[in-house]
Formats: sequence, C-alpha cells, structure tokens
Amino acid sequence: MLNKCLMAVIGLCLILGSGCGDTEEKPDFVFLLGAEPETFDPALCSGQPGGRVCLNLFEGLTFRHPENLTPQPGMAKSWDISEDGLVYTFHLRETTWSDGVKLTAHDFVFSWERTLRPITASKYANMLYPVAGAEEYNSGKNTDPNSLGLRAVDDLTFEVTLHSPCAYFLDLCGFYTLLPTPKHVIDEHGENWIRPEFIASNGAFTLDQWLLNRSFRFRKNPKYWNAESVALDLAEGIPAENINANFNLYMSGVFDWVDASGVPQFVIPELKKRADFHIKPYFCTYFYRFNVERPPFDDVRVRKALFLAMNRHDIVDYVTKAGQTVAHSLVPPGLPGYEEVRLPERNVEEARRLLAEAGYPEGKGFPKSELLFNTSESHKSIAEVLQQQWKEALGIEVELVNQEWKVFLATTREVDYWIARGSWIGDYLDPNTFLDMWTSTNGNNRTGFSEPEYDALIGKAARTVDVAERMRLLRQAEEWILTDQMIILPVYYYVVQNLYDERDFDGLNPNLLNTIDLKFIKPKRGHRGYPREKSLPRTEIVSEAVPISSEDGS
Amino acid sequence: MTSFLIRRLLSTIPLLFVILLGSFVLMQKAPGGPFDSERSLPPEIEANLQAKYHLDEPVIQQFGRYLGNVVQGDLGPSLKYQARSVNEIIAQALPVSLTLGAIALFMAMALGIPAGILGALNHNGPKDFLLMGVALLGICIPNFVLGPLLIILVSFGFGWLPAGGWGTLGQVLLPAITLGAIRAAYVARLARAGMLEVVKQDYIRTARAKGLRERVVIGKHALRLAILPVLSYLGPATASILVGSVVVEKIFNIPGLGTFFVNSALNRDYTMAMGTVLLYSGLLITLNLIVDVLYAVIDPRVELS
Amino acid sequence: MSAAPQETDLLQEQLVGGSSFWSDAWKRLKKSRQAIVGGAILIIVVVASLVGPFLTPYSQEVQDLERQLEPPSWDHPFGTDLAGRDMLTRVLMGGRLSLAVGMVATLVSLLIGVTWGSVAGFKGGNVDNAMMRVVDMLYSLPFMFFVILLVAFLGRNLLLLFLALGAVQWLTMSRIVRGQMIQLRAQEFVQAAVALGVSNRRIIFRHLIPNMLGPIIVYATLTVPAVMLEEAFLSFLGLGVQPPNSSWGLLAADGAKTITALRTAWWLILFPGLALGLTLFALNFLGDGLRDALDPKLKNQD
Repeated sequence: MLNKCLMAVIGLCLILGSGCGDTEEKPDFVFLLGAEPETFDPALCSGQPGGRVCLNLFEGLTFRHPENLTPQPGMAKSWDISEDGLVYTFHLRETTWSDGVKLTAHDFVFSWERTLRPITASKYANMLYPVAGAEEYNSGKNTDPNSLGLRAVDDLTFEVTLHSPCAYFLDLCGFYTLLPTPKHVIDEHGENWIRPEFIASNGAFTLDQWLLNRSFRFRKNPKYWNAESVALDLAEGIPAENINANFNLYMSGVFDWVDASGVPQFVIPELKKRADFHIKPYFCTYFYRFNVERPPFDDVRVRKALFLAMNRHDIVDYVTKAGQTVAHSLVPPGLPGYEEVRLPERNVEEARRLLAEAGYPEGKGFPKSELLFNTSESHKSIAEVLQQQWKEALGIEVELVNQEWKVFLATTREVDYWIARGSWIGDYLDPNTFLDMWTSTNGNNRTGFSEPEYDALIGKAARTVDVAERMRLLRQAEEWILTDQMIILPVYYYVVQNLYDERDFDGLNPNLLNTIDLKFIKPKRGHRGYPREKSLPRTEIVSEAVPISSEDGS
Repeated sequence: MTSFLIRRLLSTIPLLFVILLGSFVLMQKAPGGPFDSERSLPPEIEANLQAKYHLDEPVIQQFGRYLGNVVQGDLGPSLKYQARSVNEIIAQALPVSLTLGAIALFMAMALGIPAGILGALNHNGPKDFLLMGVALLGICIPNFVLGPLLIILVSFGFGWLPAGGWGTLGQVLLPAITLGAIRAAYVARLARAGMLEVVKQDYIRTARAKGLRERVVIGKHALRLAILPVLSYLGPATASILVGSVVVEKIFNIPGLGTFFVNSALNRDYTMAMGTVLLYSGLLITLNLIVDVLYAVIDPRVELS
Repeated sequence: MSAAPQETDLLQEQLVGGSSFWSDAWKRLKKSRQAIVGGAILIIVVVASLVGPFLTPYSQEVQDLERQLEPPSWDHPFGTDLAGRDMLTRVLMGGRLSLAVGMVATLVSLLIGVTWGSVAGFKGGNVDNAMMRVVDMLYSLPFMFFVILLVAFLGRNLLLLFLALGAVQWLTMSRIVRGQMIQLRAQEFVQAAVALGVSNRRIIFRHLIPNMLGPIIVYATLTVPAVMLEEAFLSFLGLGVQPPNSSWGLLAADGAKTITALRTAWWLILFPGLALGLTLFALNFLGDGLRDALDPKLKNQD
C-alpha cells in the first residue's frame, strides 16, 4: 500500500512538473538583487534592490565610476558650473531611448518635475531639494512647475539652478532618484510604464522579464550610446532574502555574485580563507543612539562612561568577524579632504571615574535601563556582548529588548527608549550625509538632541562654497556630537562583503556603496551553473587560474 | 442538504465582514506604519504618500472605501510593492503555493493515513512502534531544520536535486517533503488514534462476528469512521498548506504566497495583509464546510443541522 | 451506504461502571509499561531543567569569546555556542521556558478546546453553527497583528506568551472534539442515555469525552512541540523571552542557521532538538498509555 502511494506521488509530481520544462535562455551572469524591489520607477524607488535595477536600466547625467565612485559623464557629455556654484549647464549626448525615441533635455525637466510632484509621492524627492524651488513645489506650497530651477535651453542643453551651492550635486546626478524617465511611455501607460512590455530605457540594458520574487532579466540595449563596450548580452538578477539560501545557491553555482545578503555570519571564518570572498570598506556605520533626555543618559558623563567601557574590538573580532573595523568616528574614513574624528580608545579607569562622578560609584544606584534593538541574530549577539562588558567594567545592568522592525521604528521615532541600535549608509560621498541628520527638526535624529547652534553650524557648512572651509565646519559638527556630547556610540564601520570568482568574471570590484554595474562586467569563463569547490585557498588564486589541488585545503 | 448549504453560505457573508472589520481594526492599532523606514521621511513627503493611498481619511471612510473595492473584486494597491496591485501579487504567487501545497498535502495523506492504520492494526506491536517512531521524528524535527538538512544532504551531498528556486520538477520535491513531513506525521498519529477508537466499537465486533473478512471490516467499515479526526484536522491544515509557508519558501527561495502572509504584517502593508486574510478565510470557511458535509456523507447517522 | 449494526449491551456497562471508572483507569495506567517509561523520562527532563543549571559550572549568559563554537568535549559536553557559552547550561535553562510554555499552552488549549468543541457538537443546530463560526473567525484573524498589539499595549511578559499561544492552539482542538462529538452523539448508547433522562453534563463528561479521549490525547501531545516551536516565532516579534535567556525553540532556530554548504555546527541543532524530541517521545508514550487506560471499552479486561 505504501509503495502504491509513493508511486502515485511521483506520478502526480511528474504531471505537475512536466509543464515547467527548463527551455529558457541561459543568462550570462546571475546576481543576487537583495529583497524584492518595492518598485524600480526611478522617481519612486527607495532602497538598494530597486536602485540596482534602475541604475542598470537607466543612465543619469553622470554615473558613478565602478570603483572610486567619482561622477563620470553619462547622458551629459560635459557641463559648466557658474562661479557662485548655483547654475549647472549640462551638454547632453545625442542619443535615444531603447525604443528609438530621441532623448532630450525636456525628458530631464519632465522626470525631475514628476519626482517632485506631490501626487507622485516620491519617498526620495528630497534628493532634489538642492534645486531651486524644489522643496516648496514638493510640499505643495507652490504649484507652478515653472518656478523650479530646471530649464531645457534647447534639446541638448539642460540648465539647473540650485537654491544654494551643493558640493556633491554632480554625485547626486548619478543617484537613482535623478535618473531620466521616458515621458512618451509614461504618458501612454501611466503607472504601468515600468512593465517589461512597455518600458523604454536609456541605460546599458533593457528589461526583458520581471517575475515577482523570482527574476529580473536584463538584456543588452543596442541603442545605448556606449553599447559596444557592454559585454553581457543577458543578465539575471534574482530577488531573495534568506541569507543561508542565498549562500547555498552561490555555492551550487546558481549565483555568480552575492553581497552580504548571501554571506552567513557563521561561515565568515571559513570564507576568509577562500579566494572568492572579497571585502572592501563600506560607507556605513553601526552605532547606538542615546536618548539624551531620559535619565541616566541625560548626563553626558554617563554616556561617555558607557563608551569608554566598551571593548569594541571584541565585537569586530568575535562577533561580526568579516573584517569590519572599530569605529572611531561616525563618518566612515576614506573621504578625500575630510579629517577623521578620533575618539579615545577604551579606558575602563576613566569610565568608572566618570560614572562615579555622575553619582553611580561602581554602578551602585544605576537606574533601570534598556538597550533596544530590532530583532536580528547579529544585533542580538552584539547587544549580548555589550551587556556583559558593561556589567563587568562598570557593574551596571542594562536589559536587552528586541522589537519587531516597525515597532522598533515607531519606538525610536517617539524617542521612547534608553539606548537604541542604529546604522546609517551614506547617500552620497560627503560627510554631510552623516551629520545633517542630528539637526533639531530632522526625522532621523531620534535622540532628543536639539541645539540651535548645531543646526546653524550645519546650515553654514551647506552655504560654504570653499571646500576646505566647508570640511572644517563639518568636522567641527562631528566633534560636537561625538567628542563633546557623545549622543551616539559608534561601534564599527561596515564592510562590503562580496562573493564572486575572479576566474569567471572581470569588473566586479566591490566599492564603497556596494553597487553593481553590469555594463562593466566582462565574462572570462562565464556563468558557473555547477557547484563550486568546497575549498578554494586564497594563495592559489592570486597567482593565476591554476587548477586547485585538494591537499592545499584549509 | 441543500438548505443546509444555502444557510451556511449565507452565514459566510456576515462572517467575512466581521473578519475583515476585525483585521482592519487590529492593523490600524498596530504601532508603526507602512512608510516607516530606517530613513525617516520628511513630513511633507509622508503627507504626499498618505494622501496618495487615502490613509489621511477617517478610518471609517477608509474601511468603507476598501469594502466597496473588495465587492468589485479589487483588493487595492500594495502599499509596500508600489508597482504591483494586491490582486496581481496573489495571481502570481498563489499558483506556486497551490502547486507546492497540493503535492505536500497529497504526500502527507498518502503516507500518513496508511501508516496510522497499519500502526493501529498492530497496536503496540513492532510495526506500530516503528511507524509511530518515524512519525514522532517528523513532528519534532521542525521544518526550519529539516529543509536545510535536506539541502545539504540531497543537493550538496549527492548532487541530486537543486538547492532552491522554482520552475522545474526537481525544485518541487525537497520543499514538498519539508512542507508535508510534519503533516504526514500528524495525519498518521490522528489516523491511528481514530482507528483505535473505532475498532473497539460494537458494530465492528458485530461485523467480525458475522464472519466478514478482516479486509472488508477494516477497509469498508472501520476506515470510514477512523479518518474522521484526520478530516477535522485537515480542514484548517489544508487551508494553511495551500496558501504556502513562509519558512519553506525562504529556505528554498520559492516565489510563493506564504512569504506575504508574514511580510505584509511586518511591513504594515495594510492592503496586502487584508488581501491575504480574505483569501485565507475564504479558503478556510469553504474547507470547513466541505469537512462538515463529508462528516455526514461518511457517517450517515450524523445529521446536518 | 452500509450502516453498521450496533449492539446496546455497552450501555449497561457504561452506566453501571461509572463510579469506579477513574480508579480503574489509574490501576491500568500503573500497569502500562510504556506509560511508566514515558512518565519517568518526562520527570527526568523536568527535574534536569529545574536543577541542572545549578550543577553545571557555567552560567547561561557568561560569554567566553575565545571559545566560540567548540564541538562537544569533557569541558562542554554539548559544545559551545557562537558566543562561547556552554550549550548544556543553555539547553537546560531553555527547558524551563519550553516545558512551561508547552504545558500551560496545551492545558489552556485542552480546557477551552474540549469544552467549546463538546458543547458545540453536542448541542448541534444553531448553537453549533454559531460557535464554529466564531472558531472560523478566530482562525482567520491575522495572528501576527494580534501579537504585535499584545506586546504594544500590554508590554512583554510571560503570561501574555502563554495566552497568545493557548489562544490559537485550542481552535483545531475544538474542531476535532466537535467532529468526534457529532459522530458519537448519533450513536445508540447516547440516544439511549438521553432517552433515560440522564443530564447533558453527565452524558458529555461521563460517556462522550471518555469515548473520544484517543484523538484528544494525541492532539494534545502534538500540541506541545507545536507551541514550543511557535514560541520561537513569537520571540521574533518581541514577545517571549529576551536574551540572554533562551528556549529550545530559539536554540534550535539559531542552530538551524548554522546548516550551510561549507560547515555546520551540528551540536547547536542536535542537542536542543534531542531535548525537544525526548520530551515529545515521553509525552507520546505517556499519552498512549493514558489513552489505553482511560478507554471505557477496555474496562474490566486487563
């Protein structure tokens, strides 16, 4: 009887399975997209997975160099900037959308105006706020699109007027919110314009297929201005969220490239011995916010004591393990022209002294306090280590509390916590992206820290055209919130973690913002499609693609 | 029978209304909103979003608008996946979950019922012991352990089946086993318990006394009543297996609907969450109705009230 | 359709033997070897969880980052976890929560589920219809929002955890009980009892429930591991224990994350899994023994 049933099951499977034979065209390159994108309409997009899709479909006035991320001429082949830094004149290439329609300066005016239209409800519309009149238009205070500092001088000349100088504006022009969108397609199809059957793009690829939680297929765009330099004919991005599953798929050769969402923390020590594990600094910092209004953390001495008592080396060495470095500042290192802030090293003596000074000698009488984090294995591990360190060094008991993500966000937004986990990825390569969030009215502040003078300092830096002076002012702001006030506890700088085999592809070098630009990828051996070696020692590969011998295993 | 069915179907309408209303209230009260993220939105942008999705209207008006749309078959736009409507997401993800769920369910019944009956007929014998041992193993290995173990063993160890994804026959087997294992075990345990109750009943004694062959007694008379507890369990179990399992879908990277049940709540994607509630309750009510009818069909003494 | 013939001599037995039913059952239970073994294992597990953590030289929260992920050894018989904590201590401590959750939530589900299901099934008609529609409704309401709200408005505490778990588990139980009830109620011995004027309460608790104990006990023993695993999910939503405290479900979930294509910390899965499995096997032995002991038809035949 059991046998019969088993046979029936197999039979049923065969019937059901026969419909979905694998006759699809094989892609040249398969990569992990991250979560299913919320959308990839550049105007609406807000998040890395969507950003990855639209940056490969569309090209802005500039695009970021794949390695050093400096702005490169994209749709704009050149530009002029006025003396006062307010007027940018972009000279566009003569080129077309993938459907052959001419791409002009009017497309840019339309796209940016559409992003700013209140009815579009773009989450990242504020990326365009440096443009004159943008904020007023987006908030509905001014409904005249002609009031915006956008002008198509002629078909190939696009002029942008800013309301105040913006040192990183060219960099912003490569950000996904500022990508051009095809007016003629949007007029015809409305919100559905991004469907593969309607979409027209101007980047190196067009969208071939979009299946929910399953696949994005990118086909080479022959109309792209630099199409001859694009090596991939068909690439596939797969949205997937489970880290272990993604790692399994990488190891079985389905993925050619995964980022940290395919790297389980648990295998990092093994991966570090492998040649296909690549890490690079990331423009992102892990920290804790203090609620500076709630005792005992309304006392700066207590905040400093907690900082000085932390052994953050333990966290990067034993918990995160991937090569993250201990954070001595909020703005991650590596920004040209910006001198890093350097917080003091661990000093338990001093920490105890400060705590005693604040009225809690050896932690006696230290009031109830909680450390809040959103539910996640790694946040939990880090919090547990800190909890123990503070207990040992200062004799204080901090309870750990996890909350589900949205509840966590609501709690921190209402500043209803003692200490809360936070992290920040820079939007553009400038210290300002880490510093303007601590102004009194900024929604990302969430610490209760409110100093009109700090707001004024950030404002002054924004209006300063002189680069060195501007950097000096920003550094002063960072010293203020860290060295003087310690409103946050920096823990570590993230690293970009990528898995890919250099023998298969060229041009996959990780960068500070963890982007992936398909147009620079050149197949060597090409898409893998079969399981990877269990052991792939680092030393073997660096020399050149020699066959791996098993006795060199780790 | 007909009047029973009509009455039951009519009572479904107020029931669904209460379910929708209850869910709507629960969601409104839950802290956090669909547009909260690590990066908080400037107030004017948040206002634009609220206006676009009518979340700035009074709650009653929102619910009224939602009901109106639902009656017309429109479950609204997803607040999270802005480029998709809830109808579209369900249309893409449900067939995947249905296929996987149907196979898993079939496996669960095909393995569970015979195992349970065999066990009961060898009550406390070695066969019983072995079968129930396996069943218990199936229950205490949670799917989040079984799935990864199968991948490591079958996909990486033997290289027989792919480690994940969706579209080919090979990609269905491991997730179906992971999804079905615990159900098979439940079914086996319940079928055995049911059978043990039934074989001691008087009419079975009578049947045996009449000299009917054992196969007829068990297969024809006992089996019908023995699977009644299984049937009760299967109502809700079928509904939940058919709409997919977030755990199995994540482990095997399957684009099913189960993920949306959990994620829509986590994302506060109100429309998507309401859509899943509606789908699930519809399925559940239908299946429970079928179970109730089957009860009467299987045991003629049971009256449908 | 073949309606099975039915003899009525059982009725006599039922009515006469009522008073000594429970003492009889206890006698039979004591004679059942598997029930004794099951009960003994269960007691050992409970005692180990309560006393064990005091006997190990480690505490569940003290980390030793130098000794992460060590496989089992004399120092650490169950190995160490990602933070270098002793797994044996953590499994024993985790047992406290898991056992408590399993027992309490199952009792809640038994209490509500059996009562609700029996009343609905016995009364039939509109009462049944209304009661079962309530069950359908509770099944359908989005459980996650319910839990999120519980945490948001009532804070975190273990009582809520039991409540949340029990609140869901009784639903299937009530459907199973009702199904059995409907089928039994139609049988002759019940109709005879009704005709004799026996009170409803007495019929339900004396005659009907003992006759469907098999499925009830089986489903109850199945509920225990289900709630133990469910609890891990609720911890994700912020309900349940906070670190460094843990439970079998949470430990197993953490362990499952270490099953990867490159390496696996098998001891992180095996030991919490074994603890869970052992408890489940013991419960089922005990449950089967109980079922046999309480079987009204086995009365007076040993």
